[in-house]
Amino acid sequence: MTQKKFLYVNRKAPYGTVYALESLEVVLIGAAFEQDVRLLFMDDGVFQLAKGQDTAGIDNKNFSPTYSALGDYEVTKIYVDKQSLEERGMSLDDLQHLVWEDEDDDWAERDSIVLVDRSEIKEIMEENDVVLSF
Amino acid sequence: MKFTIQVSEGPYTHQASDSAYQFTRAALEKGHEIFRVFFYHDGVNNATRLTTPPQDDRNVVNRWSELAAEHNLDMVVCVAAAQRRGIADADEAKRNGKDADNLAPGFRISGLGQLIEGAIQSERLVVFGD
Repeated sequence: MTQKKFLYVNRKAPYGTVYALESLEVVLIGAAFEQDVRLLFMDDGVFQLAKGQDTAGIDNKNFSPTYSALGDYEVTKIYVDKQSLEERGMSLDDLQHLVWEDEDDDWAERDSIVLVDRSEIKEIMEENDVVLSF
Repeated sequence: MKFTIQVSEGPYTHQASDSAYQFTRAALEKGHEIFRVFFYHDGVNNATRLTTPPQDDRNVVNRWSELAAEHNLDMVVCVAAAQRRGIADADEAKRNGKDADNLAPGFRISGLGQLIEGAIQSERLVVFGD
């Protein structure tokens, strides 16, 4: 099957609307189709990766542990907009530590999250074949 | 050009549902190919034949069904999103032990793989939503 570069742009908070959850479902299916999958988190979407999520009070399923499985689906590039983090008083330390294992280097763990600025986001969008926004 | 269309919002609440229809119709009229229309999120609500708008308003669901019949459109409703929101064809209703089904003519229920395939097979994937 043809392999294309898919970029999933996640711009909404993890709870409050269903977009984040249903985006993750597409990401996992897309990866299973052996497409080249990258994720971008910006605006309130950066909250999706926040560590220590506890949804008991809102009776919603906490699906955030699923992000740590992305490495096993060979999703190795997770871009996070630096400015969106800063605007929300957050830094890389507030996010889950997401890793993937490098097959070519004795399965060494590599960081998946890459902080990017707005000019880089423009380039990232240009270099992908399919951009899905959630 | 070959397009796949993703509809991410429900009818009568969000313009995305109307815009997707208008874009699809205009593209077909201009001679473009629509590989597939994929309904996701609340977009699955565009596919219930129980929709009954006031008589002086557009019927968003029937409009899609008519366009599909006219152009042999492939209109796919995401099964996971549909189950959450109570959209079912006869098979799905039976499988899940429900006493009714509501899928409008021209739509079919299938998986997210259909969206991925649409993106791979088409030159453009156009998403209508926020």
